[in-house]
Amino acid sequence: MRIVAFILASLIMMTVDHRQGHLERVRSVLTVFVYPLQYVADLPVTVINWASESLTTRAGLVKENTRLREEQLILSSKVQKFEILEAENERLREMLKSSEKLGERVLIAELLAVDLQPFRHQIVINKGRRESVYEGQPIVDANGVMGQVVHVGPFSSTVLLLTDPMHAIPVQINRNGLRSVAVGTGQSHVLQLEHLPNNVDIKEGDLVVSSGLGSRFPPGYPVGIVYNISRVPGEPFAKVTILPSAQLEKSREVLLVWPKSISQLPSNFESPLDDPNLLDDLDVSAWQ
Amino acid sequence: MMLNKNTGGWIIFTSLLIAFLLTALPLPIWADDWRPAWVAMVLIYWCMALPERIGIGIAWCLGLLLDVQQGTLLGQNALGLALIAYFVIQIHKRFRLFPLVQQSCLIGFIIIFYLLISSWVSGIMGIPPQTWAYWMPAISSMVLWPWLFVILRDIRRQYNVA
Repeated sequence: MRIVAFILASLIMMTVDHRQGHLERVRSVLTVFVYPLQYVADLPVTVINWASESLTTRAGLVKENTRLREEQLILSSKVQKFEILEAENERLREMLKSSEKLGERVLIAELLAVDLQPFRHQIVINKGRRESVYEGQPIVDANGVMGQVVHVGPFSSTVLLLTDPMHAIPVQINRNGLRSVAVGTGQSHVLQLEHLPNNVDIKEGDLVVSSGLGSRFPPGYPVGIVYNISRVPGEPFAKVTILPSAQLEKSREVLLVWPKSISQLPSNFESPLDDPNLLDDLDVSAWQ
Repeated sequence: MMLNKNTGGWIIFTSLLIAFLLTALPLPIWADDWRPAWVAMVLIYWCMALPERIGIGIAWCLGLLLDVQQGTLLGQNALGLALIAYFVIQIHKRFRLFPLVQQSCLIGFIIIFYLLISSWVSGIMGIPPQTWAYWMPAISSMVLWPWLFVILRDIRRQYNVA
């Protein structure tokens, strides 16, 4: 019976794919066949975008130009301040004998407008192994962390978004450095902070940034804003929901980040974050 | 009689290609839940019309490609499509004689079965489908089946796919 053989083959493949990573190569090869399809499916959207860009009126362009000019002015004035702060920061760090943070290498990738499996939060981007994208690579947009790469093909990759129920990212509250793990809920605009006791110092509107623990995501990128805290007296943990900063459903361009690996840091590097009690959190960023 | 053997393979190929495209095509959010299981439907048609050419093996390979395209576990759709192909090939003679409405009902059940297998796999992974919207493709596939059937049948006769 051939059908039995095929059922067995499927079951074995699923088990291996779920438990180990041996099938990544098979998936990567098959992506070569699938990528043209995804590219073609994306074409109508690209054409519409291109058409609406090239058919904008002169008035519209002038308006946009003015807006961009103003934005540029504001940003460059901010950068001036930032440069002074950076120099000062470097000086202070030197005094403390700890390493300075270096800028990460980034690359812009474009989203393919293709729909994947419903009820999972995944996207496809048009950069792959050719651009040395790797599995587990962090993805950010202009406003914050978006997610991480889970499958890499030669020309394209699949990204798991923060909101996927199987995603977790180590974070800290920007205001007081409180650490936690933000896990996806499966709803498109909500993340949840895990294991925060009821009496924890956290307020609505607090900025949550990536903590860099687990050395998968670079530290200091915004993840979200605390939206709601419900403290139920009988429960051991507070229920804290945050809204992701990144525009997970609107961004068309995303940034691939190559973080500076932890091993490159000097051995005497001591961050106030390195608390031995929280080493357990380290492995959580790897999606189970 | 041997003259017409294996003609029109490109028709089958193109129809499956279009099914894959329709699966990946971005839809507005409200329509996304209603996206019919295109690949499964086209596969069912060819299994019914040409069971000696399109069999379980091809169905399984298509499922694997669908897994890569959809980002599901490798083998999840392959399992579903192989079982569908097996079932349809078993009953293809009766299936051809059914009136369109009856065919549609059967398609609805087949797609529900296909979704059920997929949901079991997701459930074992710990992410079971959470809303009723998961089952909507069965209804939309059922509604669209008569049109798909008529279109593919006419194309098959026109180009003499055998």
